[in-house]
Amino acid sequence: MKSYLPLILGMMLVTYIPRLLPLLIITERPLHPFFKKFLLFIPYTALSVLITRGMMEATGGMQLVTFVGLGAAALCSWFKGGLVLSVFVAIVASFLSLQIL
Amino acid sequence: MFNRSHVLLSLKEGAISGLPLVVGYFPVAMAFGLLAKNTNISLQDSSLFSLVVFAGASQFMALDLINAGMTFGNIILATFFLNLRHLMMSASLSVRLQAIQRHWLLFIAFGITDESFSVSSLGDKTLNAPFLLALHGVSYSSWVLGTVFGYLVGTILPVSVQSSLGIGLYAMFMALLVPALKKSSQLLMLSIFCGILYATISYLKLIPDSWCLIAVIITASAIGALVLKDELLEVTA
Repeated sequence: MKSYLPLILGMMLVTYIPRLLPLLIITERPLHPFFKKFLLFIPYTALSVLITRGMMEATGGMQLVTFVGLGAAALCSWFKGGLVLSVFVAIVASFLSLQIL
Repeated sequence: MFNRSHVLLSLKEGAISGLPLVVGYFPVAMAFGLLAKNTNISLQDSSLFSLVVFAGASQFMALDLINAGMTFGNIILATFFLNLRHLMMSASLSVRLQAIQRHWLLFIAFGITDESFSVSSLGDKTLNAPFLLALHGVSYSSWVLGTVFGYLVGTILPVSVQSSLGIGLYAMFMALLVPALKKSSQLLMLSIFCGILYATISYLKLIPDSWCLIAVIITASAIGALVLKDELLEVTA
């Protein structure tokens, strides 16, 4: 079998370094208020983009299933609240729509 | 600075906050293990991917590109661009950390994933070292064990259960995001704007996907910082 060690080590470096550098550089450093505000918006914008990407990347019949699951999570979270409950409802909704579709 | 019971409490909170990740990662990692085996990669190398890279999307992409016959150099470059989004997440996390000794940052950084970032930055817990290390530790363990398990045993779960659990991770993003959007119509608008902007650029294939991801995050966060009110972040922070 071929050795993938060079690939794995290369991927490790290009994954770890972007995760590490900002933490080392920015933590406990005074920041310009605009930059700080910018950084505090990232959780919302990043998740919005990741959710959209997840729906677009699903292929064929899975697209509808993903849409049903995420719709169920959104509705449950909006009207009822609770992280675990919403995720559970989404998994059940996805599973059921997979059985029907 | 912290006494023993504080540390234990934070460790426990971190592990509990990580449970959805444990449940969500395991089946996805199993699928990775099995796929790696089918790509003719040894058990040792397949486990190493999960042990030292710990990035789901990149690992699956790497298998795709190996199958497509791409060189290692190009796969590493593609991984770099795909993971640039973690640069933004790491930066965002660093303004919320509380009293963390610098050497812990080395370990905390390793565990920053889309999922752990969303739990830590949108959850309501204090982001100290024990909390983050426990959160990252349990999800990492699940990812690594799932990979080995998938390689050795194959997937024991039916495909429909596996797909549903995979959707569960996206549902978690949704369930973390929605409470904040419910509190603020401005954030809701920013979020919808992000979705539309990403969908448009991605659909038109104007720029490669991994650039699109980071470009939309930067643009939308900058617009948010310029246009939206300061108080917004006080409420949700």
